[in-house]
Amino acid sequence: MAYPPAARTSPPRQPSVKVILTAADVSRVVDRIAHQILEKTQGAAETVLLGIPTRGVPLARRLAARISTFEDVTVPVGVLDITLYRDDLRRHATRAVGPTDLPPGGIDGRRVILVDDVLFSGRTVRAALDALSDVGRPASVQLAVLVDRGHRQLPIRADYVGKNIPTALAESVKVTLAETDGADEVKLYGGGQ
Amino acid sequence: MIRHLLSGGDLDAATATQILDTATEMATVAGREVKKLPALRGRTVVNLFYEDSTRTRISFEAAAKRLSADVINFSAKGSSVTKGESLKDTALTLQAMGADAVVVRHPASGAPHRLANWVDGSVVNAGDGTHEHPTQALLDAYTMRSRLGRLAGLHVAIVGDVLHSRVARSNVLLLSTLGAKVTLVGPPTLIPVDISPALAPGTDVSYDLDAVLPGVDVVMMLRVQRERMNDSYFPSAREYARRYGLDGPRLRRLPEHAIVMHPGPMNRGMEITPEVADSPRSTIVEQVANGVSVRMAVLYLLLGGNNR
Repeated sequence: MAYPPAARTSPPRQPSVKVILTAADVSRVVDRIAHQILEKTQGAAETVLLGIPTRGVPLARRLAARISTFEDVTVPVGVLDITLYRDDLRRHATRAVGPTDLPPGGIDGRRVILVDDVLFSGRTVRAALDALSDVGRPASVQLAVLVDRGHRQLPIRADYVGKNIPTALAESVKVTLAETDGADEVKLYGGGQ
Repeated sequence: MIRHLLSGGDLDAATATQILDTATEMATVAGREVKKLPALRGRTVVNLFYEDSTRTRISFEAAAKRLSADVINFSAKGSSVTKGESLKDTALTLQAMGADAVVVRHPASGAPHRLANWVDGSVVNAGDGTHEHPTQALLDAYTMRSRLGRLAGLHVAIVGDVLHSRVARSNVLLLSTLGAKVTLVGPPTLIPVDISPALAPGTDVSYDLDAVLPGVDVVMMLRVQRERMNDSYFPSAREYARRYGLDGPRLRRLPEHAIVMHPGPMNRGMEITPEVADSPRSTIVEQVANGVSVRMAVLYLLLGGNNR
């Protein structure tokens, strides 16, 4: 039996796109993290949620809203801009500085939970920890992320993870949220092999 | 982003607004326990001052230090300049020392522009002769925006010695870019004849302060620069103060919301009376505080990234 001759040129591979979390999944995951926060912090007492722009901010607001639905406690939400603390400032054109907005009571002596969309190298969180120490002295700091895709370059881990996604370094994870992009979704873009 | 800041006219509306927005964020640092940001760590800023200055030099120094840059202060007095070193040789020396930015004040108009051709780093004009002072214009615009909420559509009167004023020139350029209307007021001898078409279309000139006051949102008083006056531009200080000085009765003729600005240093009793300078509508002290935030924004936007 003769095999057909092998094609000389393989068709160009389309970079693959895979939906990791749908809108319904995102909402379930946020609910679960909100429950975990309540559980781990004994009812979210003396706790402040700080979102890291861009998508950590709406996530922090959603978590606070879910927490207040579940347990009727109000968790203060703030914004921590980390631009001026990044370690790659000089590798790019000047980045625009965004607002940092701490809740009225501040963060001194409280438990701060940093919120971000994707945990990857850990460098953003490192910058956030530096920024945090310049604006106050929290009693403790925790980290909540929607997606952990691995490939850490620093000894940093998350306390609350929405979903662990094993990825190749060449792949990229894109989170979109209704507040910033019009719809909730998490997609994995293939590296094209 | 621009590489140097030499003129109020270098900035388009988007860049100027970005500087003002960044300054708003920088201002929050002043209220923190740790008044320092790491953004310019390891960068060197040289303050090259060939003219006396208190607030501008200290303001640039504070701004650079709050961004963690290293600051070298150079004043012409007590340096090799008194031995006859030229601006170019001084510039090359600074270059060899690795200055990332040179903040320069010089009595000759255009000196910062020359300097920008000689050094690799960014050059910031901190006042050149009777030409320009762009960071002053930025901090004035910032002060107007934070007090009045907007810049577009504001009517600003710039009053006094426009002829010798670099502050006036930079302000006219920047304010017209940002949509404000400027009226220059002063004695005919102290207003250049060709100023409005040359600088910005839509800029008015008036010789009658009392007629202008009821319709403005901002009055910016300029210092009478006696050190630059080699001729007699007006008969006497008293007559100048009578016709163009801002005193209590004139202050009350301003609209309710209008603010009074002065770039400093003031000649109290000459262009402004103490009653006006110390009134709550005067933003003079505020302007100094805002100067640090605005200069932090300028230094960050020039040096913060890889803009080469």
